[in-house]
Amino acid sequence: MTTLYTSDHEWLRIEGDIATIGVTDYAQSQLGDVVFVELPKVGRTFKKAEAAAVVESVKAASDVYAPISGEVLEVNETLSAEPALVNSDAAGKAWFFKMKIADKSELDGLMDEAAYQSHTA
Amino acid sequence: MLARDETQLPLKTTPLHALHLARGGKMVPFAGYEMPVQYGPGVLKEHLHTRAHAGLFDVSHMGQIELRAKSGRLEDAATALERLVPQDIVALAPGRQRYAQFTNAAGGILDDLMVANLGDRLFLVVNAACKDADEAHLRAQLSDACEIATLPNRALLALQGPQAEAVLAKFCADVAALKFMDVAALRVMDLDCMVSRSGYTGEDGFEISVPAEGAAALATALLDNPDVLLIGLGARDSLRLEAGLCLYGHDIDTTTTPVEAALTWSIQKSRRTGGARAGGFPGADVILAQLDGGAPRQRVGLKPEGRAPVRDNAPLFADATTTPIGTVTSGGFGPSVNAPVAMGYLPTAQAALGGTVFAEVRGQRLPLRVAPLPFVSHGYKR
Repeated sequence: MTTLYTSDHEWLRIEGDIATIGVTDYAQSQLGDVVFVELPKVGRTFKKAEAAAVVESVKAASDVYAPISGEVLEVNETLSAEPALVNSDAAGKAWFFKMKIADKSELDGLMDEAAYQSHTA
Repeated sequence: MLARDETQLPLKTTPLHALHLARGGKMVPFAGYEMPVQYGPGVLKEHLHTRAHAGLFDVSHMGQIELRAKSGRLEDAATALERLVPQDIVALAPGRQRYAQFTNAAGGILDDLMVANLGDRLFLVVNAACKDADEAHLRAQLSDACEIATLPNRALLALQGPQAEAVLAKFCADVAALKFMDVAALRVMDLDCMVSRSGYTGEDGFEISVPAEGAAALATALLDNPDVLLIGLGARDSLRLEAGLCLYGHDIDTTTTPVEAALTWSIQKSRRTGGARAGGFPGADVILAQLDGGAPRQRVGLKPEGRAPVRDNAPLFADATTTPIGTVTSGGFGPSVNAPVAMGYLPTAQAALGGTVFAEVRGQRLPLRVAPLPFVSHGYKR
């Protein structure tokens, strides 16, 4: 299992041809208290960099982009009832959605943990 | 996913700038100033703390202006100011403050402001983004009758929340005697302050005009009290929205009249049709006609039925048809309501309480109910 990161502060956990996607702890700390999460529909296909979900704090709405191309297999419905999970456990329980990886070569452009740490430093 | 504004403009700072930085303020550009949008606890906790205890806000970016009559008679300054606002300033008693609007010839709002009678002069507090234009407007229109002085060397602090009186009374016992919209010149921590019992949160509280050089010391002393938390502009906005208070440039502007903005309560009888000094302010024909016959549209409270916040500029629809009937002018999540809240304009025929309208958000039509304002009852000490 590998975890990769985007410059837009999303993480992807890669298991076979499935990627679980969420936002990083750095992202949640910049967003502030999350009060609403809008998740994509299961079965929808996104191209890389398309807006796939929305996360809203008291003050503002931010898009979460599909970090890779593919079909949405599952979404984390818990976030609809408990959006504050994004603040308390961004890298764990607050995953947003799972995608079937359409093109593995798209993973090559993503950062590993060390690269992401220096990106946010 | 995070847009970062890298533009570097020469921003002004307030006398509390160093204090904001030292206390973890997340600084953003606002009305030409670098101001704290939040501190470490974040907007949600800052908001809830203000409603439960007390919050301290730096609002020194706002404009403070004094008007003195050239004749030396306060009444002449009051009469002159009535040429620019639809409020009764002549009858404003010494030691009292009231909410007012500068209007334009179309009946629109150039700015909203507080006007206080300090006995020998009038004291105005205006919005930061409008203060230069307001000063120019006052000089152009009232220089015949008034000396106009801005007070750039004074800071403005707001202490808001149910514990505000207990906290401030430790530094100045006299504040306890003030009632909502009273104003008095008081010594606070050996500083010559102008204290009004008012604010922009819907809570009981005070606004303290303080000499710039003493502002940080006063703020620090107030913050030494564990009931007091420093609050940024983010929570200031969510607090005023829940309180149903207008934000200039959003809920009111040059295209909205005070009547459309549901601010008729702020226009006294003496300035209305049949009053002792009816009209005589810019746009009086439009505003008096709307007071008498109604306005075509109304500012209303809007409660989204779901959990998704509906924000400023979202178009409003009567149903699934394509023509918008109005717009959301302020919207977000109300931490005390624990739900999204909004305000916007609707045609008067569709503005009745309890009606349902739809906002378009990310391509979807979300239902909102027309709701009474404020969303959180005011805690003013009358």
